[in-house]
Amino acid sequence: MTTISSPKAGARRRPFNWRRTSAWVLLALAIAVSVLPFYWVLRTAFSTNGSLAANSASILPADFNLGAFKRVFGLQTASEAIAEGGSGASINFFQYLLNSLLFSSITTAGAVFFSSMAAYAFARLRWKGRDGVFTLFLGTMLVPPIFTALPNFLLVKNLGLLNSMLGLVLPYLFMTPFAIFFMRQFFLNMSREVEEAAMLDGAKHWRIFFQIVMPNAAAPIATLALLTFMGQWNEYFWPLLVGTSEESRVLTVGLGVFKSQSPQGAPDWSGLMAATLISALPVLILFSIFGKKIVNSIGFSGTK
Amino acid sequence: MTTLTKHPDPELSATGRSRKSRKSQKRGKPGAGFRGIGDLKIALLFIFPAMIGFVLFYLVPTIRGIYLSFTEYSILGDPEWIGVKNYQQIAKDPLFWNALGVTSEYVVINIVLQTVLALGLAILMHRVAKSTLIRGALLLPYLMANVIAALLWFWMLDYQIGIVNQFIEWVGLPRVAFFGSEQWAIPTQALINTWRHMGYTALLLFAGLQAIPNTVYEAASIDGSKAVSTFWRITLPLLRPVLALVLVVTVIGSFQVFDTVAVTTQGGPINATRVLQYYIYQRAFNEQDFGYGSALAVILFLILAIVAFIQMKFLRGNQSDLD
Repeated sequence: MTTISSPKAGARRRPFNWRRTSAWVLLALAIAVSVLPFYWVLRTAFSTNGSLAANSASILPADFNLGAFKRVFGLQTASEAIAEGGSGASINFFQYLLNSLLFSSITTAGAVFFSSMAAYAFARLRWKGRDGVFTLFLGTMLVPPIFTALPNFLLVKNLGLLNSMLGLVLPYLFMTPFAIFFMRQFFLNMSREVEEAAMLDGAKHWRIFFQIVMPNAAAPIATLALLTFMGQWNEYFWPLLVGTSEESRVLTVGLGVFKSQSPQGAPDWSGLMAATLISALPVLILFSIFGKKIVNSIGFSGTK
Repeated sequence: MTTLTKHPDPELSATGRSRKSRKSQKRGKPGAGFRGIGDLKIALLFIFPAMIGFVLFYLVPTIRGIYLSFTEYSILGDPEWIGVKNYQQIAKDPLFWNALGVTSEYVVINIVLQTVLALGLAILMHRVAKSTLIRGALLLPYLMANVIAALLWFWMLDYQIGIVNQFIEWVGLPRVAFFGSEQWAIPTQALINTWRHMGYTALLLFAGLQAIPNTVYEAASIDGSKAVSTFWRITLPLLRPVLALVLVVTVIGSFQVFDTVAVTTQGGPINATRVLQYYIYQRAFNEQDFGYGSALAVILFLILAIVAFIQMKFLRGNQSDLD
């Protein structure tokens, strides 16, 4: 990595800078630690359990094949799976994938839309008690999720919604404190001129909100939707409580179950890593498309 | 996800300031210039759905959670009021004190490692490379679910054929039972979380560094300040508000460690990783002891509130030295 140039060459070009070079080496090291484990997941997923043990340090997949993926998607018979080091228990990541997609999409759509409406009322409308109510809403961010999860579980249970998609999405559907905070921040900074012109023309708040404010807020809404979707995709605790049946399990919960089913003495590593890869894939795809947007959204100067 | 919980009006941002001045031009102090009911009716319509969510899934559960902590409740039947008995029991519960101990150990290891590494990375990025690609690569682990991070390292750190132990052996050291030994279990959990969060925290701090005006550094270098003293006397003090926020948010987050433990060690070996939230989960959902679980959750809530309060006070996170 460090190219040590001869003194002659160094004198002609830029003088060799130790501090700069070591900075780059450290940065490269951090990037390697962040990214290389993902390669190791990929490499393991395409290996077979049998040859993994013998070639535990080989850089390339040991005995390249797709058996692990078949096993994860329930395309292998129990005996085939056991022969390849799986547990043979039925596991169907198609179902979990679908559930995760539904769970994340529904909650994202609901939370972003309703939170934007509320944020508009907090940023642009004048009403008594506005700032008090807003503080109260924000205060909910301080309450640890487990604290509300217990009573929420009881509520969903009493409503008979355990193991249903509705029960899974309900607590996130109407708002998230972060979404309200995020959108309010944007609305406060938006120019009022167009709105005021429309107001003078006698347009109602509804029309202004849907025809002027929301279209103008497309960029922050997209950012918020991305962040919310990824957050929901990774959610574990609430779905673990509410979606425990095979039909209502999301990917994160399914991964945990798959891991606990894996044979104790010789775990189904290639199957586990294939499942991990599948769970990570949607976020990886979103990141490869919207990477810049996501990276730039992080920092305290704006909101997040 | 991380947010500015305590700062509805972040003084940190330039946007925050310009917004304030605009607000004061247009309508004076909030709450002061409202004539009559203003837009109350239409505002109620706009916040109606969010209000349902707030009341049903935040406000009522918070109150109900506190109520349940004073009851004995096993899901079957009705909650039975028992006063502070749950709390008395917690005070004598060795598993609770163990949970508090291992959680604290986790928080300390995690926060120290994560903050030092992230600060180093942020400064490196600020000095030599501001490219989005590098920031993206460092952010990648944070975008993965805790469960994924946990399984990934469960594999890499496996005692038998994990690549890390292969390496350790190759170097000539004895293998480490990362998840299997009581001594290593908590540091391992902390390392997993540090791996996942390091880049994200670095990006937050990097954004804070970007906000420090260049003129400050120029003035320092004219005065002949060395890199090390520039860091201690200028960078760190000016970064303090951002650092304080990062610390509050990450400390609160780490006290609630659950996912990685639930997927890998499940409290073990013995009680080595029975962290607070995992203990609450076990009492409430495995043993159907909702009253006791709620009381434990109240305690966790109080601990978080106290820790956040002390941190804000100590680090003066709500004041900036930049003005």
